[in-house]
Amino acid sequence: MDLSFSDADRAFQAEVRQFLAEAYPADLKAKMERGEELRKEDYIRWQQIVNAKGWAAPAWPTEYGGPGWTATQRYIYSEELAAASTPPILPFGINMVAPVIYTFGNAEQKKRFLPRILDATDWWCQGYSEPGSGSDLASLRTKAERQGDHYIVNGSKTWTTLAQHADWIFCLVRTDGTGKQQEGISFLLIDMKTPGIRVRPIITMDGGHEVNEVFLDDVKVPVENLIGKEGQGWTYAKFLLGHERSGIAAVGRSKRAIARLKSIAEAETIDGAPLITDPAFSRRISEVEVDLIALEFTELRTLASESAGKGPGPESSILKIKGTEIQQAITELLVEAVGSYAAPFVRDVPDGQRWNEYPIGPAYAANVAPSYFNMRKTSIYGGSNEIQKNIIAKMVLGL
Amino acid sequence: MDFSFTDEQKMLADSVERFVQDEYDFDTRKAITRSDEGFRRDYWEKFAELGWLALPFDEEDGGLGGSAVDTMILMESFGKGLVVEPYVSTVVLCGGFLRAAGTKAQKDAVLPGLMEGKTLLAFAYAEPTSRYNLADISTKAVKDGAGYKITGHKAVVIHGPSADHFVVTARTSGGQRDEKGVTVFLVSAKAPGVSRRDYPTVDGLRASEVSFENVSVGADAVIGEVDNGLALVERVVDEGIAAISAEAVGAMKKLHDLTLDYLKTRVQFGQPIGRFQVLQHRQVDMFMAYEQSKSMSYMANLKLDEAPAARKKALSAAKVQIGKAGRFIGQQSVQLHGGMGMTDELSVGHYFKRLTMIDTQFGNVDHHLKRFGAL
Ligand SMILES: Cc1cc2nc3c(=O)[nH]c(=O)nc-3n(C[C@H](O)[C@H](O)[C@H](O)COP(=O)(O)OP(=O)(O)OC[C@H]3O[C@@H](n4cnc5c(N)ncnc54)[C@H](O)[C@@H]3O)c2cc1C
Repeated sequence: MDLSFSDADRAFQAEVRQFLAEAYPADLKAKMERGEELRKEDYIRWQQIVNAKGWAAPAWPTEYGGPGWTATQRYIYSEELAAASTPPILPFGINMVAPVIYTFGNAEQKKRFLPRILDATDWWCQGYSEPGSGSDLASLRTKAERQGDHYIVNGSKTWTTLAQHADWIFCLVRTDGTGKQQEGISFLLIDMKTPGIRVRPIITMDGGHEVNEVFLDDVKVPVENLIGKEGQGWTYAKFLLGHERSGIAAVGRSKRAIARLKSIAEAETIDGAPLITDPAFSRRISEVEVDLIALEFTELRTLASESAGKGPGPESSILKIKGTEIQQAITELLVEAVGSYAAPFVRDVPDGQRWNEYPIGPAYAANVAPSYFNMRKTSIYGGSNEIQKNIIAKMVLGL
Repeated sequence: MDFSFTDEQKMLADSVERFVQDEYDFDTRKAITRSDEGFRRDYWEKFAELGWLALPFDEEDGGLGGSAVDTMILMESFGKGLVVEPYVSTVVLCGGFLRAAGTKAQKDAVLPGLMEGKTLLAFAYAEPTSRYNLADISTKAVKDGAGYKITGHKAVVIHGPSADHFVVTARTSGGQRDEKGVTVFLVSAKAPGVSRRDYPTVDGLRASEVSFENVSVGADAVIGEVDNGLALVERVVDEGIAAISAEAVGAMKKLHDLTLDYLKTRVQFGQPIGRFQVLQHRQVDMFMAYEQSKSMSYMANLKLDEAPAARKKALSAAKVQIGKAGRFIGQQSVQLHGGMGMTDELSVGHYFKRLTMIDTQFGNVDHHLKRFGAL
């Protein structure tokens, strides 16, 4: 047993740090630190910066443009990005559809889609969930009927993250309504500009627009957009779930969030003293910090077994559950830290001028309550925490 | 021992419940929160006609002589409808100051208009760095001839935008956190030197930052005793805590019912999700948290008239329970609704947000655990 990274890993870490120091634009960083909602251009700009360095897709095989890193390097990289508080690289293209394309797609599909995913030319969204099919995804009903060299797709998808920006959507669709549910599902790539697609915003309780309904009404999709074989979509989707799990625990992001929480607790006062000196409050910060250390080492153990060639098993559900609980606990403490100034809702004020024109409480308080409300999503999406526990019970414990 | 309501109280409960059901459905409420003023004047007049604005005031002041339990009944129903009209600010808090310590002249000047629905008030007490310490006041009231000049900044004054008068805490002597030296003033919102920045709050209310700059008031603006106002403030804030605790109980009940209904109707894996035992137990935990909160709300409202130490202990205990249960029920209601729970379209998130803000009002769980332990 050995806790330290190798010299090569430490050199790599230094290289990542140097890159971030040089390439991460200050205005973007300031925006991230204020907790502002990012715009489409912000995501694209950041992805293009890392792509220029060749680092946009850490887990991809080198033949498609991946950097060829080890699992440990990927871990170091994602931790460093988190520590620097960079915008996230949106998972839908790089981490979700791309592995399916390079693993199960044909040569033509690889050539057509992968480069445009890498350099953020195409924005992808994920069309799995439907109004009647959330946790029970295999019951999905959006239908794709083969007509000559096209599929005609009818149905609706929902909770589709950032579909309002998307050029493409990867969908699970039903190509066969007979037999076992899972076996009638196919994996289809659909151009969002195809006639018959309509996107309706869903506003979340924090006031943000990050999810949408996507209606598909006689949408004509060329058969060459089918990935792999008809009826195999469920297998591909499951492959994806077990595939790229690094970052799911969000340890780096949570460390960063705790640092922010502490700096706010230093600025806030209670009976004239810094809030952080209040025993009750500082104890609660410590509790979440200790939970995070446990999670970090659980993740490192997972990583070590991954490096030893074992795939990330169902144990990675632990990372999802604990990771989201910690993220949520931190946002909860942030709300408490800012006291009465959690209440003002000043989100609609445009970027930049917010604190010049509306000095309502300290700047750091602005998005604290909306972030807390928004973070409730993390225990719902990506397989709810109840579903993750079902997975552990069944797959790990054999119950 | 008797926890039953009188016939009058049952009638009151019926009429508020009916109002919330018939005239305060979620879409109406949404439209209200998005309107210019953020509440409905015609509803407020209706509250006056129904006698709700006169409820807690003494009969000799023109009121109905209602008890804390009456206010609790009203607030619980308001909580079910997420009513945003300025009842707690105007009637419970500012009305509470006048009831407890107003002179005849002050009552005559304000109460008739208040009870008729024409005069609105807001309580300006918190400051940017005071957190939940009611004595932490840097707003100063300096003697100026027979009267005072008030200067300072009050933070997150709920219902500030619509207020005709503010009840303001200011320091007439002592240091920033001294218990002695706190004085309560009644200040016209139109007095020269009063300015506001208004904004919506995350839970659908309106609030203001209110700045007082050399605002002149007469000696007759003082409510209660000069320098000895803290006990009065604590008393009235405890009444506010009792009221918002009842409101929280109403909101919890609504969330509990909505979620229970969802568990019975939402089907996944070929069955209502309420068949999954882990969700059954979660719902049971929500149910118990609600029942315990209701018990604490009764307890708190029944103990409002006890001697200060006993009263404070009771109200802190209630606020702790309400804070914890409100968080649990709010979070779990969202969780059990899945993606739907996250939406602005569904009422669930709005109850959750209100419950979250109730915890931050007049002291959160930590604050009241500390006060409870210290008494
Ligand atoms: C912000 C956000 C972004 C999202 N982005 C996307 C996206 O980009 N693409 C996409 O396809 N989907 C997306 N989703 C959808 C997400 O994956 C679903 O919300 C999730 O699968 C849960 O489904 P549901 O909302 O229908 O809840 P339901 O499945 O109806 O669940 C309701 C409740 O029941 C519980 N439950 C269900 N089944 C069981 C069981 N067997 N045992 C115990 N408890 C159970 C759940 O845990 C939950 O608490 C997003 C969701 C959110 C909130």
